[in-house]
Amino acid sequence: MSDLQNITQTLISGDGAALRGLVEEALGAGVSAGEILQDGLIAGMDIVGERMESGEMFIPEVLMAAQAMGESVEILKPLLAEGESSTAGKVILGTVKGDLHDIGKNLVVMMMESAGFDVIDLGVDVDPEKFVEAIKENKPDIVGISALLTTTMPMMKKSIDSIEESGLRNNLKIIVGGAPVNQAFADEIGADGYAPDAGAASKMAKAMYA
Amino acid sequence: MFTVIGERINTTLKKVKAAVEVRDDGYIREDVRKQTEAGATYIDVNGGARIGHEEEDMRWLLEVVQEATELPLCLDSPDPAVLEMAYGLVKKKPMINSISLEKDRFEPMINYLQGKECRIIALCMDDSGMPKTVDDIVSRAVSLVAELEKIGFARDDIFIDPLIQPMSVDVTNGQTAMEAIKRIMTELEGVHTTGGLSNISYGLPQRRIINRCFLAMMISHGFDSAIMDPLDRDIMAMTVTADMLAGNDQFCMNYIKAVRAEKIVA
Repeated sequence: MSDLQNITQTLISGDGAALRGLVEEALGAGVSAGEILQDGLIAGMDIVGERMESGEMFIPEVLMAAQAMGESVEILKPLLAEGESSTAGKVILGTVKGDLHDIGKNLVVMMMESAGFDVIDLGVDVDPEKFVEAIKENKPDIVGISALLTTTMPMMKKSIDSIEESGLRNNLKIIVGGAPVNQAFADEIGADGYAPDAGAASKMAKAMYA
Repeated sequence: MFTVIGERINTTLKKVKAAVEVRDDGYIREDVRKQTEAGATYIDVNGGARIGHEEEDMRWLLEVVQEATELPLCLDSPDPAVLEMAYGLVKKKPMINSISLEKDRFEPMINYLQGKECRIIALCMDDSGMPKTVDDIVSRAVSLVAELEKIGFARDDIFIDPLIQPMSVDVTNGQTAMEAIKRIMTELEGVHTTGGLSNISYGLPQRRIINRCFLAMMISHGFDSAIMDPLDRDIMAMTVTADMLAGNDQFCMNYIKAVRAEKIVA
């Protein structure tokens, strides 16, 4: 167990080389890949998400941690049993039609992946119909929609309405986020949740899936 | 001289939104008076945050703002219909924020701008999204200038916005913006460059320090306008000083005047 705590702490510090060393060491000592992933790495990214939300950690530090995590997951992947790497559920993410800003959305993709979700990133400028198609095809548990501009906020409502009208809303949670969005707007357009940042989005997705 | 576009009358800001909602003209007037006093060149007016009220909000704001200042206005809306109405209400040649190469936005804006007496902010954005490299930014700037010249715009009326992106996600973003400014100002001689400075500091702590330092570095590369908060005394002092150091202030007179007015205190 102490090995895994060390892994968690090293992940938070963002030292990728040290983290890979510790992961190899833990494997050598007979700890299973699944345990390292779940109790070492994902546990670490949960803390990173919390610290990002509280303002203790800043975006570059979060990116370093995520990069270090990605490298270590590469080591673990071939050793993970079938299905073990994506246990947290499936998420579809995209920035609404008309909006080409993807920095926030990319951070959410990264945090969700690090939390163990299977993430399908639809990119930017995503049509309401494209959300609908992707949901039909992939049957996600959660859909995340972002917007950075006040002018594209109405498109969030349209996207949610389209999903609703296609009868795909059952068993599906929709999270919205982005600079001009707030809880009141999320309620108004019928989203299931509003996340102010990537850390919060990942935490919310976990709570929804649990 | 450096063109300061005062960014404070924007309904995405909580206090402004609340003031517009209850039609508190005292609040708006006081803010505009302060921005004018602090040395703004233009007052940006953006009334677009209250969906469904954009036109009436803009109409009201323009009346109140123009009572409070003699400065020209920067009209900020993606909707040509709102801009058309606003254009008819301004007393001085305005700046229009903004045109870009995005298909949905370009055509209506070009049609709208044809024959208008105004200055224009041109964003280096097209349908493929945010520019990734210096070449991306410069080639978009070249297209925008060509299109605007085609409908009769003088270079002096064009303000290119290179779209500044955060350092927190890529440490080359500052350098990219600075190089792009340098190339635009030399390869498209006669145009201006502007932009929202604070994007650079997104995701980092103590953002104002980053914004100030970056502004000085940008000015050294030829940046000659910014959309910024004129009530931030330190950034205004930095603007006048950096502009002087870059050789744009004859006999350092703007600098000396600002010191005498106690706007610069070391």
